Amino acid sequence: MKENQDTLDLTTPSEYKYGFVTDIDTDAIPKGLSEDVIRLISSKKNEPEWMLEWRLKAYQYWLKLEEPEWANLHYPKINYQDIIYYAAPKPKKQLNSLDEVDPELLSTFEKLGISLSEQKRLTGVAVDVVMDSVSVATSFKEQLSEIGVIFCSISEAIQLHPELVKKYMGSVVPMTDNYFSALNSAVFTDGSFCYIPKGVRCPMELSTYFRINTENTGQFERTLIIAEDESYVSYLEGCTAPMRDENQLHAAVVELVAMEKSEIKYSTVQNWYPGDKEGKGGIYNFVTKRGICKGNHSKISWTQVETGSAITWKYPSVILKGDHSIGEFYSVAFTNNYQQADTGTKMIHLGKNTRSRIVAKGISAGHSQNSYRGLVRASKQAVNARNYSQCDSLLLGDKCGAHTFPYIEVKNKTAIIEHEATTSKIGEDQLFYCRQRGIDPEAAVALIVNGFAKEVMNQLPMEFAIEAQKLLAISMEGSVG
Amino acid sequence: MLSIKNIHARVEDKEILRGINLEIKAGEVHAIMGPNGSGKSTLSSVLAGREEYEVTEGSVAFLGKDLLDLAPEDRAREGLFLAFQYPVEIPGVSTTNFVKAAVNEKRKYNGEEPLDAVSFLKLMKEKMAMVEIDQSLLSRSINEGFSGGEKKRNEVFQMAMLEPKLAILDETDSGLDIDALRIVANGINELRRPDRAFLVITHYQRLLDYIQPDFVHVLYKGRIVKSGTKELALELEEKGYDFITEQIDLAALSGLQ
Repeated sequence: MKENQDTLDLTTPSEYKYGFVTDIDTDAIPKGLSEDVIRLISSKKNEPEWMLEWRLKAYQYWLKLEEPEWANLHYPKINYQDIIYYAAPKPKKQLNSLDEVDPELLSTFEKLGISLSEQKRLTGVAVDVVMDSVSVATSFKEQLSEIGVIFCSISEAIQLHPELVKKYMGSVVPMTDNYFSALNSAVFTDGSFCYIPKGVRCPMELSTYFRINTENTGQFERTLIIAEDESYVSYLEGCTAPMRDENQLHAAVVELVAMEKSEIKYSTVQNWYPGDKEGKGGIYNFVTKRGICKGNHSKISWTQVETGSAITWKYPSVILKGDHSIGEFYSVAFTNNYQQADTGTKMIHLGKNTRSRIVAKGISAGHSQNSYRGLVRASKQAVNARNYSQCDSLLLGDKCGAHTFPYIEVKNKTAIIEHEATTSKIGEDQLFYCRQRGIDPEAAVALIVNGFAKEVMNQLPMEFAIEAQKLLAISMEGSVG
Repeated sequence: MLSIKNIHARVEDKEILRGINLEIKAGEVHAIMGPNGSGKSTLSSVLAGREEYEVTEGSVAFLGKDLLDLAPEDRAREGLFLAFQYPVEIPGVSTTNFVKAAVNEKRKYNGEEPLDAVSFLKLMKEKMAMVEIDQSLLSRSINEGFSGGEKKRNEVFQMAMLEPKLAILDETDSGLDIDALRIVANGINELRRPDRAFLVITHYQRLLDYIQPDFVHVLYKGRIVKSGTKELALELEEKGYDFITEQIDLAALSGLQ
């Protein structure tokens, strides 16, 4: 057992491979939060009056709230006056091609399997002016606008589509929802906006990467996706590379609205800086993600692969309002060293014959703590609600922890709720079996973990799945003596 | 090919192997037989490099290298294969992916390029036919929910794919009905080659009806107490282990007096 433990110790800790700092000038405002700061953010973004009022209202509400403490997370109190709330990067020099980029950086991307166009974005090469001439972003945008899909930054949407933003922003996650959503509503700096008109099946996966090249996201993103009747969209949110964060807090809000017979598939690969081996530094990731299946026969599916952040507090949820609507949540959360994750979902069944499915896989290594927290609620009018939940935990070593907090509230007798949970360890037998076939311990652990996470990985779009798989392997990588 | 000299090994504080000597040459098939608890499986574990077994004395040379000095994965890459008595389940990892990883690790060790998907599939098809295994089994999570026969056939398939120099079969016949036993044995016989040796560990003689050994050794209380040809196995089948073990125990007693 002892030696097995040693093998795991050698295998699991790994260095954050993306902790490079890009040397760019920033247009930052002074630290601290006040009405003036919010006015300043709003004016820097040239926002209309109604948006500013909305922000100020959220701020006033936030001032009355207490930071929640119910999660299975332990961290020092955050000083909200010690944070810079607006920092727009100003690249020193626009690079013209990848040839001008630090080769070491490129090899990191190579290792991650990030596509060429994504590499260009991450390194600050404007996609529009690259040597190979085709501007990915522009060509996609044109193609999309032809079929009526709006895909732009939330700041742009506030300017160009105020009626849609006014109608839907805060309709799924009200500013009063929780401490972090109130904070986000007050100070959000950017994010994505997506509108799929009636009957349109979005022909490509929408990803943040080809939009963000010029508009770098802040730590307080706000994303809004609306799928009209009989439409479909698959949206990818990638944080595979580090965002250059001066401070440690990241509080995003994502809202999804699915109308009748529409489907939204939202996939995330989250790899924020998790802190060092001793647990110093890292991102505090407090995210509110929620979708509403507003129309009958609509469907929302969340898939997430979470490997980063020092603290993760995140419960992508679905309100199943329309009859026959479907909510899904597929999650892999990997924690290492001193990372803490408290993540899961809420499935709120309101409509008739609604169905939800939860598959959560937690993997803990090092001294990390990994909690699944989920709520399944069938309200009085939710006739024939069905839920199936499966929560599996895998422990690498004996210093980490896995916890499951399932909450089930059923107010209608016709509901059927199933919950299954397992906890297992990577066995010495499994490791030895792999090694006897010539697979070294490091590769063996990666193989076993990927197998464990497979059911969730299969939900990711192909390219993303490969990236996520590599990311998992890199997160576990260590130097085997 | 394999030269075991005076191996002593223990697990925790219990000495299980007490001086084993064995020479195996290329192309030979050696059978190790013995009653339960005689140290048969310990011997295979020690050769494969299971870490809970501590070798306290002796040496093992494999193809001119000090075997005990190599990590388990390097022993495998050098050409030592162990067919497990209890093959291990790895949920979510198909046999195909598992074997692909193993084959390519070995190729990397030998300075070869990894096999591309097409060549790998071609190799797989060829070996599948050889050991009579079905594609559907290989697409499933390795060993998960497999019957006893399927697990053992899967081990033989992996052996075929990895083309070892020395194959150790640890009680491969245990838990098999007669049909499964025949299929597994046929697979192994297909793999017999002049440059490949086998060490067949078994409790019962019946496997040796199908796999003809060149030599048979009886292991008892951590030592090889008798060696012979396949006739020895038949004699054991007829008379039981007692006819040997009683002599040994008596000799030990008189030695004490």
